[in-house]
Parts: sequence; C-alpha cells; structure tokens
Amino acid sequence: MGDLVASGLAGRLGAMAFALSTGLEGVLSAAVEKGELVVHVRRQSLPGVMRVLRDDPRYAFQQMMDLCGVDYPDRPERFDVVYNLLSVTLNQRCRVIITTDEVAAVPSVHRLWSSATWWERECYDLFGVLFSDQPDLRRILTDYGFEGHPLRKDFPLTGHVEVRYDVDRGAVVYEPVKLVQDLRNFDFTSPWEGVMTLPGDEKAHESRQGIVAGPPGQKR
Amino acid sequence: MSDIILRDDIPDTMQPDQTGDGRSVKTVEIDSHSLNFGPQHPSAHGVLRLVLEMDGEVVARAVPHIGLLHRGTEKLIEYKTYMKALPYFDRLDYVSPMCQEHAFALATEKLLGIEIPERAKWIRTMFAEITRVLSHLLSVTSFALDCGALTPALWGYEEREKLLEFYEAVSGARYHANYFRPGGVAKDMPVGLDERIAAWATEFPKFVDTLEAMLTDNRIWKQRTVGIGVFTPEQALDWGFSGPNLRASGVPWDLRRTQPYDMYHEVEFEVPVARNGDCYDRYLVRIAEMRQSVRIVEQCLARMQPGPIKIQDTKISPPTRTEMKRSMEALIHHFKLYTEGYHVPPGATYTVVETPKGEFGVYMIADGSNRPYRCKIRSTGFAHLQALDELSRRHMLADTVAIIGSLDLVFGEIDR
Repeated sequence: MGDLVASGLAGRLGAMAFALSTGLEGVLSAAVEKGELVVHVRRQSLPGVMRVLRDDPRYAFQQMMDLCGVDYPDRPERFDVVYNLLSVTLNQRCRVIITTDEVAAVPSVHRLWSSATWWERECYDLFGVLFSDQPDLRRILTDYGFEGHPLRKDFPLTGHVEVRYDVDRGAVVYEPVKLVQDLRNFDFTSPWEGVMTLPGDEKAHESRQGIVAGPPGQKR
Repeated sequence: MSDIILRDDIPDTMQPDQTGDGRSVKTVEIDSHSLNFGPQHPSAHGVLRLVLEMDGEVVARAVPHIGLLHRGTEKLIEYKTYMKALPYFDRLDYVSPMCQEHAFALATEKLLGIEIPERAKWIRTMFAEITRVLSHLLSVTSFALDCGALTPALWGYEEREKLLEFYEAVSGARYHANYFRPGGVAKDMPVGLDERIAAWATEFPKFVDTLEAMLTDNRIWKQRTVGIGVFTPEQALDWGFSGPNLRASGVPWDLRRTQPYDMYHEVEFEVPVARNGDCYDRYLVRIAEMRQSVRIVEQCLARMQPGPIKIQDTKISPPTRTEMKRSMEALIHHFKLYTEGYHVPPGATYTVVETPKGEFGVYMIADGSNRPYRCKIRSTGFAHLQALDELSRRHMLADTVAIIGSLDLVFGEIDR
C-alpha cells in the first residue's frame, strides 16, 4: 500500500490511473499528481484512447473543457498538447498529455467533442502545432496575416511588427518593432532564501532545502 | 405600357411585374449573401466580428471572427512574477474581475501547498458572490437592451454602482481590484463595510423582483427569447458549455457544489436548473442565481470571524506598512517579494472556479522559478461563442442578437 500511495495510485483516481496505465493500448503512463489524474498518451493512439475515455461508463468524460499547448524548446519533441477532460456524471477530471513537434500532426478530436475545433485552432495559432483531420485549421486569436507563433518560447515578447495609423498615408501601417529602450527583463534572482548556494554556505543551504521552494542554482 | 424600358443588366427576378401578362404571382429568388455584423455593432458585446451567411433574413451560417481584443495575456504572464501576473486576470472578463483572480490565487496556492486563513476564505467567497451578482446584472440587463428594453439596463447600472462601491471599499478600485492574492486577500475589509453589505443584501431581492416584473412575464420579451437558440443537454456538453448556459439546458452542474473551493462547502444555496435550454431559460437561471448569491453573501457575513486575512508566512505574504517602518527583516522581505517574488515549486495544476459565466480554469505549470512557466487561461466564453453557429442556424438575424445576449459573452476573456 505504501508503494501505491507513493506512486499516487491510491484512492478512486489512483484506481483509475492504474486501470488506464495497464488496460489501455497507447497509454504511456497514468498517475495522480497533486490530486489530479494525469495520463500520458502516445500521439498516434490519441483518438482511440480519447474515444474510450468518452464512451466507457467507467470514465464518461462527456466534456473537453480545455486544450492547450506547452513549449519546451530543449526537448526533441518540443510541444506538449494538454487536454483537460471533465465528467459531469462521475464528477471527475482527467488530463491527457501528448507530445509533438513542429511537423508531426496531432490527430484531431473534434469528431469526439465539437468544442475541440476552436481550441485546436488556438493551439495551432499560438504554437504552430498541426492537427490532422481538422478541416478548419485557421488562425483564430492573432491578426489577419500574422506570421509566427507567439506562445513559443523563442518568440520575443514584443513581437516582430507594430501597427499604427499613418495620418499622411491615411492607412493602418505595419512596421518592424522599434524599441526606444531595450526590453527590461531584470534578473532579480539574488542570494535570498534557497535560491542558490553561496560558496562556503553549502551546509546551511542543504538544511534549508526542506522549506525552500525552488531547486538550487536553477538557470533562468 | 410600351414606353417602359427594361434594362438588360437587371436580373429577371428584379424586374417589375408586368401587368396583364398572366404572371401576377412571381417566385422571387434571393441569393444567399454575407453580412458583416460588428466589430463595432452595439449588440456585438464588444468586439465580435460575425460574418453571417444569410438566406434572405434567415441565418444560414454564422462565422465568428475573434481576437480583435487579443493582448497576449498568457505570454505576458510568463514574463511576470506570480504577484505581478495577478492583475491581468481582472482585465480578462472585466465584469467579473474577482472571480478570475480567485482561479489564479487558488492555482498558485495549490502549487505552493499552502492553506489560507478562514477569514480570507469567507471574504473571498462573499466577494465572489458579489461579483456574480455584478456580472449577472450586466448580463441580464444588456441582454434585455439587445432585445429593445432600455429600462432594465439603466436600473441595473444603478444597482451595479452600489456593488462597485463595495469593491472600492476593500480594494481601492472599482473594477481592476487586484484583491484576491495567493495566500489570502490584499487587505481586511474596512470597518462598517459588513453592515453596508448586509443592508444591501436585504434590499437587493426587491430589485430582482422589479427586474422580473419588467421582463419575466413580458409578452415581447418572451416572444424574443422563448424557443430561441435551443440546446439539448447533449449538445451543451458536446460544445463544452458550463455555468448558467449549461444549467439552462438541464444539466445540474455547478462547481461550487460539486467541486467546492474556499467556503462553498459550508454555505447553503440552491443550484437553479432549467429545462428547455433556450434564451429565456438562460435568463431565468441567471435571475435565480442572483437570489441565491444574496443568500450566500448573508451567510458569509453571519459566519465571518475576526482573524488574519492572509497567510502568516513572511516568504509569501508581504509585511504590513507599519511593520516595515520598524523591522529590518520586514523591509527586506517587502523588497524581495516585490522585486524577485516568491518561488513556486515545480508542478502543474488545472484549477477551476465557477465564475458567473461558467467554468473558468487556469492551467499553470511552475518550474520552480519566480515566474509561471506556462499559464493557460480556460475562458468560458470561448466555448460558448464557438457554438454560436450551431445555436443560430436557421434563426432570424434578430434572433442571433438575442442568442449572443443570452450567452453572456465578454471579449476580454475570449480574446485574452
């Protein structure tokens, strides 16, 4: 039992995580993290797994509440696509995570949940994640004719173009961003509690590890 | 009759009927044409650009274009400390600011693994309900305004003003409150505010009665809303509906009841559920919810005890002003909290609250630094607006306006 608790497999959600990770083709791992059920799925198996999650009475996730991308530029498959599912009959939630990159298309789930279309459009718009079998993969939040995918970590906060109304030309014009001063991105990190280990202070730092938040010396 | 010149470039169907040729009745074909609705239309509730494909006066297809108010909130949050990210949530759905702060505060608290003091929970619960009334008042009355009733909007604004004064009393701001913080609330309520809120709570149900007297049995109002934009429970679930719009379709689902947060498990209230899923039911659910919110506010006032209003961990809550003047430690903490901010241990959470519009979620990933690695905002209106095409298909153009009004859309949160 102790092992089960440690691996987050105790309780009702834990039982479900166990059932998912052992009994379903394409599930890479399933665990309970911070009281939330997280399921990692192989990209190609996504439609099948999602169909089971929706239709199987044990899971009954009638609603797809949210879909979003996450960018980890250092990984070979840099994007996570995260689906947050909700069951209103069984009052439970589930998070399904798959990975992908700029070229590999993710199977669309808009045939399972109609609400997926706009979330997938948003994910494509902001991250450049492609969805196969999605007939309406247009940009949604950014400007008409926008270039780039703004929520990627390598996209600058200021963007590339700025828009203004030109009185002389009588039109709205797009110009490259000109910053009057550099973007102020201060590094506030300083030897405060547990942020980094000072030379000669290793012992005291280790004893503080129990209460501090961040891992030491993390690169920002 | 021979002197009538028939022009070649006018199509046959546009020609005036010729008398005496035996064709007194003529079938007129009108091509399907597209119509731009918004982004400046008063019934577009902000900046909705709707391209309508019309078949005569009937909507064949409605294609919403959104993003005209996109400000890149999620990107900006990735560059801010947790404390500085909070005010962005006021600016999403700008008619229910505190409820959205609530989602961010709860998500951050979950990742930090902290439990906030009881008084802070009561204050939050109460102000979340005040916010609900604030939002429903605007939603219902501007819905009526879209359908041609001007008086509710004017009267509703007067009531909203009273609530905004409570906002101002606790936070100093009428809209962008920045009041619910991770770890509690920013300040305690000023002396005497509880009595003012209690006085309001006794008076307000009368206003709801007046509002209902104007609308609920109003023949014109019912003609505009009953049977318009009907969604079955299955459709509502499929399209990711939540909140009053889902409950109007007959799904008894309220996060305050099913997945309670803060003090919602302690208070008694009813969850109004309607049956037909049309615009009229969405209105009725909101009216009933306002009455329930007043009940919750009264219970919060009755059960609130004096005590701390934020967590007593100096590494998370900034010190008070008076402390700062005397204590060096407090001064250092203040400086570090407002420059570097606190660090949140690595982890991810999808935390939801029941905002007036429905399920508002924050999917936050922390990487152990002082900034969120990713903060996805699950806006309620995004899903609701997506269903507009389905809801308004084969309805008249004027009904589309009623449907938009009944969905309670605010573009600050849809466009983020």
